[in-house]
Amino acid sequence: MDAANITDCQTAVVRMSSIGAGIHILREGVEPVVQMTCRDRNRIAIQSDLLGAYSLGIRNLLCLSGDHQMFGNHPTAKNVYDVDSIQLIRLVRRMKDEKLFFSGEAFNGQEPRFFVGAVANPFADPFEYRVDRLEKKINAGAEFIQTQTIYDLERFTRFMEMCVARGLHERAYILAGVTPLKSWRAARFLQTSVPGMIVPDEIVRRLKSAEDPREEGKNICLEQIRYIKEKVKGVSGFHVIAISWPEIVPDIVKGSGLYPRPVID
Amino acid sequence: MIIAEQKPIAEIAGYIENCNKVLLVGCGGCVTVCLTGGEKETGILASALRIKRRLEGRPLETVVCVVTRQCEPEYIDALDSVVRDVDAIISLACGIGPQYLAGRYKDKYVVPAMNTRFAGGAKKHGVWEEYCGLCGDCVLSLTGGICPVIRCAKSILNGPCGGSQNGKCEIDRDVDCAWQLIHDRLKILGRLDTLKEIVPPKDWSRSRDGGPRKMVIEEVRNGSNTEEAN
Ligand code: SF4
Ligand code: SF4
Repeated sequence: MDAANITDCQTAVVRMSSIGAGIHILREGVEPVVQMTCRDRNRIAIQSDLLGAYSLGIRNLLCLSGDHQMFGNHPTAKNVYDVDSIQLIRLVRRMKDEKLFFSGEAFNGQEPRFFVGAVANPFADPFEYRVDRLEKKINAGAEFIQTQTIYDLERFTRFMEMCVARGLHERAYILAGVTPLKSWRAARFLQTSVPGMIVPDEIVRRLKSAEDPREEGKNICLEQIRYIKEKVKGVSGFHVIAISWPEIVPDIVKGSGLYPRPVID
Repeated sequence: MIIAEQKPIAEIAGYIENCNKVLLVGCGGCVTVCLTGGEKETGILASALRIKRRLEGRPLETVVCVVTRQCEPEYIDALDSVVRDVDAIISLACGIGPQYLAGRYKDKYVVPAMNTRFAGGAKKHGVWEEYCGLCGDCVLSLTGGICPVIRCAKSILNGPCGGSQNGKCEIDRDVDCAWQLIHDRLKILGRLDTLKEIVPPKDWSRSRDGGPRKMVIEEVRNGSNTEEAN
């Protein structure tokens, strides 16, 4: 793989900070994509953390709203949302391009020069607005886009057709998100309990009737990648979101013909 | 209006455990309209507290008063004659009431009977909902008359987020996604293009974050010689 995402307390459950974990993996030779949500920090904390992260070698930043705190292990916490994800993207780009703090005050030292990413969810509503919102993020300055986990290929294809029609794939690198499933229960959980996710019944059915559900889950994922590579225009790469199943990643990358990775200097 | 609900009776009784005589002050403003702190509810709370204490073998004496509005000093004056011999004052107004009472009767123990919830309105009989987050810098002109600050669970100004599905918010399938509502409304108005503009970060210093806020209407202030409440 080329880089690994480090989540920022995903589903609002407390974890090691994405910057801290990002530095650990950087030291192990893996390129981190550090996620930064708007849920837990105001604009002062965000900038301060970003300066620290950049000084320690973090170069890729994914800006997102963050899951609401009610999903996590501190549901009585106060959320922040001082800025939203689109504002964050624009302000981080302004730091890089114009050497300005969020307030508009000029920088003295080294400005953080992040490669700025955003997320897009083709499966959230209103569907017709999803491409507009992606465009808005690109206009704000997003240079790469990671999509929500894709299971509904038909809807994703429609979404990408609209993106391509507007030339968005030429303005940012769009990475398709795929998640291999270990069991039909995991599929059912995503289908019924995760807002902004669409899992077709067919996938649940296939996993349920499979003799070896893990093998089937892997195969479904490989089929999806193949389909997207061959049939969907405008996709620059894949983001394998291997939820609680990191050891499957090499099989997915190799099995889908994405290995060896090109060397970039 | 301000929506406030009564605290559990045990909590209120706990505040005045060591008191023998208390004054309960209802309010004729918002809490009368939302049926939690008006004349009727103040009377009911007083008798509930008395019954509870009688059952515990420590009878409580109560005095009940309802003022027009607890958020205006001139209406509180009416209490001067009844506060003298009480051990505590229980306010059934929103959070402003207990503070005005505590400011005026500095030697009295003043406690709230209410949890002040939000600024909202009636949805139907017996149901109230929050509509304004009192942010001090209204953006409703951009959002089709639907408040993103309080009706969106993340207060985002460039929504909807990726958790919006089937018109509902990610936090609860029974809660409308404010940004879906905004989208639908702007579509009807033929103003969907508004959503393409990036709305810059909000100036939260005009909201709660800037400390206690004050509004002055100069002409009115200059023409009056009343003292400031504390
Ligand atoms: S934008 Fe601010 S002032 Fe306007 S309704 Fe919302 S919270 Fe209230
Ligand atoms: S689902 Fe809608 S209302 Fe809920 S947080 Fe997201 S944009 Fe706001």
